[in-house]
Amino acid sequence: MSSDTKTLDVSVWRGDSAGGKFERFQVPNQQSQTILDVVVWIQQKIDPTLAYRYACRVGMCGSCAMMVNGEPRWTCRTHVLKVIRDNRIEVAPLRNLPVIKDLATDMDPFFTKWVKAEGVFHPTSSRDDDIVKVNPSSDDRILADAAIECINCAVCYASCDTVQGNPEYLGPAALNRAWTLVNDEKDGKRADILDAVSQRGGCHNCHSQGSCAKFCPNELSPITSIAGLKRETIKSFFKGR
Amino acid sequence: MLTFRLFMLQRVTALIMAPLVLGHLAVMVYAIRGGLSTGAILSRTQGSLPWAIFYGTFVVAVSIHAAIGVRVIAAEIFHMRGLLLNALSWALCAFLLFAGLRAVLSVTAL
Ligand code: SF4
Ligand code: SF4
Ligand code: FES
Repeated sequence: MSSDTKTLDVSVWRGDSAGGKFERFQVPNQQSQTILDVVVWIQQKIDPTLAYRYACRVGMCGSCAMMVNGEPRWTCRTHVLKVIRDNRIEVAPLRNLPVIKDLATDMDPFFTKWVKAEGVFHPTSSRDDDIVKVNPSSDDRILADAAIECINCAVCYASCDTVQGNPEYLGPAALNRAWTLVNDEKDGKRADILDAVSQRGGCHNCHSQGSCAKFCPNELSPITSIAGLKRETIKSFFKGR
Repeated sequence: MLTFRLFMLQRVTALIMAPLVLGHLAVMVYAIRGGLSTGAILSRTQGSLPWAIFYGTFVVAVSIHAAIGVRVIAAEIFHMRGLLLNALSWALCAFLLFAGLRAVLSVTAL
């Protein structure tokens, strides 16, 4: 452990979509320091051109995810002490996404797939209608609630080997969102969602090995949601859609 | 590289294979413990339509199931796509069908 070492040996990936390499920085080791603190320190004290992304710093916005020592993490809530190895930290842009610059990835493919998975709310009433009550203890609502607290950080997406092998695959986050909507009694397009997740690149490509659930910082289980989608698509197949 | 149809085909063939594998294991245990000779086994399988159907079904299910599985590996690990991927899948399916059905035929034909 490094608590008695005064400086951290930090390698940060520098480059863009054309390529790049790691650059090493010496960063003061402080107490209760997060990986995001380290990246901010480098940008503020050593190299103002370092590009990265964050907003809330408290694990709400989902914008700060990066690869830390080879694993995807929300950097604002990852303590240096938790991940450091031999006093070294390696920070790289999220896997499975194109790099814009340095640590900032292009999230477009990630969110395009949410839309492709019909991971968007399909309202059944207008603002003129009364608000429909949702029973929080109904079976469907319990399923939806278990998957709802996603912060769109793409940590699961970066951890998924199926996304890596098959760039068409919608990925754990988009499918997890689709699953919440399938179970949302206010959503009006259940059949369309099941259809959308049954296309090429859909939920049936998931290998059920669970990296997504292992790495999700909010302890969600996209693999469970995807298993639910598989079950429901099979059911609706036998019912003749 | 799994479409919903391929996924369903793979699940259904797995469902078909499961009891047939158990049946096959039971037959093997029976044949070995009963000390049946090759001749005794062949005398029961040759000309037997039930055995031809039993192992024929197994071969068909295996050929489809394995071809789909290898297709996914070829696509995800070796980044094979399009025509090549389809050709590989069909070729493997055809080969397994040919080899398997030939074997079934040789023990069940008169
Ligand atoms: S369980 Fe499925 S979605 Fe999750 S990481 Fe594995 S392949 Fe990806
Ligand atoms: S499911 Fe978890 S890891 Fe994936 S985007 Fe949502 S919060 Fe992040
Ligand atoms: S900065 Fe918002 S989740 Fe990390």
